[in-house]
Amino acid sequence: MAGEHTDLNYLNHERGIKSWLLTLDHKRIGIMYLVSVMIAFALGGVMALLVRTELAFKGETMMEADTYNQVFTLHGAIMVFLFIIPSVPAALGNFFLPIMLGAKDVAFPKLNLASYYIYVLGTIFTIVAILVGHVDTGWTFYTPYSARADSSVVWMTMGVFILGFSSILTGVNFVATVHKMRAPGLVWTRLPLFIWGIYATAVIQVLATPVLAITLFLLAMEKVLTIGIFDPQLGGDPVLFQHFFWFYSHPAVYIMILPGMAVVNELIATFSQRKIFGYMFVAMSSVALALLGFLVWGHHMFTSGMSEYATMVFSALTFLVAIPSGVKVFNWVATLYQGSISLASPMLYALGFIALFTIGGLTGLFLGTLSVDIHLHDTYFVVAHFHYVMVGGTVFGFLGGIHYWWPKMTGRMYNETTARWAFALVFTGFNVTFFSQFVMGSQGMPRRYYDYLDQFQPLHMTSSGGAYILGVGFLVMTVMFIQSLRSGAQAPANPWASAGYEWQTTSPPHPHNFAVDPEMTRGPYDYHLCTDEELFDGLRAPEEPAAEHAA
Amino acid sequence: MTTEAVASSAPPGGDHHHDSGHHGPEFLAHHFDTPVQQFDAAKLGMWLFLAQEVLFFSGLFVAYAVFRNWYPAAFSVGSHLLDWRMGALNTVVLLLSSFTAAMAVRSSQQGNQKQTSTYLIITIVCAFAFMVVKYFEYSHKIHVGILPGSLWNPTAEGLEEVKAAAATSYVGEGLPYHIRTFFGIYFVMTGLHGIHVLVGIGVFIWILKRNMRGEFTREHFTAVDISALYWHLVDLIWIYLFPLLYLID
Repeated sequence: MAGEHTDLNYLNHERGIKSWLLTLDHKRIGIMYLVSVMIAFALGGVMALLVRTELAFKGETMMEADTYNQVFTLHGAIMVFLFIIPSVPAALGNFFLPIMLGAKDVAFPKLNLASYYIYVLGTIFTIVAILVGHVDTGWTFYTPYSARADSSVVWMTMGVFILGFSSILTGVNFVATVHKMRAPGLVWTRLPLFIWGIYATAVIQVLATPVLAITLFLLAMEKVLTIGIFDPQLGGDPVLFQHFFWFYSHPAVYIMILPGMAVVNELIATFSQRKIFGYMFVAMSSVALALLGFLVWGHHMFTSGMSEYATMVFSALTFLVAIPSGVKVFNWVATLYQGSISLASPMLYALGFIALFTIGGLTGLFLGTLSVDIHLHDTYFVVAHFHYVMVGGTVFGFLGGIHYWWPKMTGRMYNETTARWAFALVFTGFNVTFFSQFVMGSQGMPRRYYDYLDQFQPLHMTSSGGAYILGVGFLVMTVMFIQSLRSGAQAPANPWASAGYEWQTTSPPHPHNFAVDPEMTRGPYDYHLCTDEELFDGLRAPEEPAAEHAA
Repeated sequence: MTTEAVASSAPPGGDHHHDSGHHGPEFLAHHFDTPVQQFDAAKLGMWLFLAQEVLFFSGLFVAYAVFRNWYPAAFSVGSHLLDWRMGALNTVVLLLSSFTAAMAVRSSQQGNQKQTSTYLIITIVCAFAFMVVKYFEYSHKIHVGILPGSLWNPTAEGLEEVKAAAATSYVGEGLPYHIRTFFGIYFVMTGLHGIHVLVGIGVFIWILKRNMRGEFTREHFTAVDISALYWHLVDLIWIYLFPLLYLID
């Protein structure tokens, strides 16, 4: 099968705009999500560049303080709710979860399509809020300001409320799919680690998102009916809002990072040609992160007025997060050991992920330490920390995943040299942008400020310069992918010689994923059990050309 | 995985309707292998949805706990302003509807289409009755200005009611300021629950229509089953709301 091309695939078996908009095929829905989140990413990226341009020089550079407040709010809200939360699960997850399970589709295809349109509806609400209103609360919508600010905050929160539904439905769908749709022979201990990660994410999506929904609903009620739950003037408690908000938004951090880790598992295994070291530990560390994620929300509020005892407990629980995170990093590194490592572009992103996530994770320990947090709270140190985890982690994982699965999704190869240049630019730009922010933060530069003291000028300038390098990197990458779609070489079924299940079908896949219902007789990383044909990358001659004639 | 099979028997060209070994009944979707798998998936999906419903309401219960702890007097007076007889009536009505919903599932499992319809109709009528009672409660509160937060603006009649309620509660005299917070929570909790009842009415009307078209059989009653599951949760939430709002001292 590996070398040959059957003409029928999910892209050409039906044509026309309607066959996309009304499709129930998880692959097409995944592609629609992918396009949508990339547009959101570009939009949020432009906002980021605007913020960094304004901050490049002291005083007013190109916008007023009031505009600046709106722009950073939009950057945060778009990146978190429209891009990063749906990025890996809804786009790549939708496409590959059923394939990797050997299933024909997710358990509830109609619900899947509905979740996409709910996402679109939520996006429309959010955009309306941007266009007509004046949302400058930051993406966290803290009360009492948000309860008294411009009424477009209600639109924005309703938008996020609706986006939450989309997220919940995707989660429900994925959990049910993993439980009920696995191919014969695909026992839990053979599950690809990508699936384990997406599964853990889906559990958080189902259990945490409704708490955000009720929080934002109460915030909207606070504005419309002035019910007095969050507004201290009416006897409400603004810190209660923070508790509610972070009870979702901290687990949401794991909704963001777990899928990134999930992708990296696949990349490390494929490009080391080796079984993941300590498979069960890596799988369980995803579940452990999902559970621990629910117990640490208080560490966002060490300076908000909680009891001392609560802060101590939250601090201790926060340190526990380092254990499963460390398990993952050590196991990835151990997998590399004595592996047959290829430094193809997806692998560069995976290695970048390990380095940057480690920095992001370790700086999290600084912030989880009570005494240090008093100094670092709400400074650029926090901003740099979560960008190292979210961008250096999730976005790098996401980009690695897009590069890795691009041939499978589109049936085209891309220009590897350009891809490596783009990686170099993104990696350099990212570090220049955010490492300088660690330094500024530790020197006391507060986040979200419009202006700053003279002493921060050189570092702000550096950070903004880095942002532009990052921007150029993304531009190069976009051009590369567009070029691949227009004139890329035909992709073989398994260009990376991976043992993963998804590479055993054609590129692009059959409308029903596999031409014949698969049965799993080995794990997805069992390179030693693979036949040469299964690992045939379409480039070198297979050892038994006779097999091809048989087909 | 057995890729030999995939490799050797991959159909040349296009086999659009690729349903190899797939000869299930009509209601079986193409991506499921057996009706049991399809039923189990739907049921698991509904349980997951119910889990998220519980967490959705949990925020309100936490808010209730916090403010009852902060303003016990206001909660006592506020609770006495609610008519426990109305609440009790609604509890009975909902419990009955939950029973008939369960009976509808049972009769559709037995393939008794007519009986299923009857039970579904009773369920829908009960849900409507619940909303009617709720309507009278709400409209009276709005009429006398017993409203949440800064909308709190009791008329003379409303003020009399508040005083009477305070007298029967442990507070005795004096009007705790935060009765308005109690009503903020009351309206949000019962309002959201009411929306769930309305959704339930819509769902059961849809199920009733499908049942009358004869879509459900002894082998295929998934939709009836999972709708009833949803309805039991709506009922269960009310079981908690009723004592917490109407019956506290």
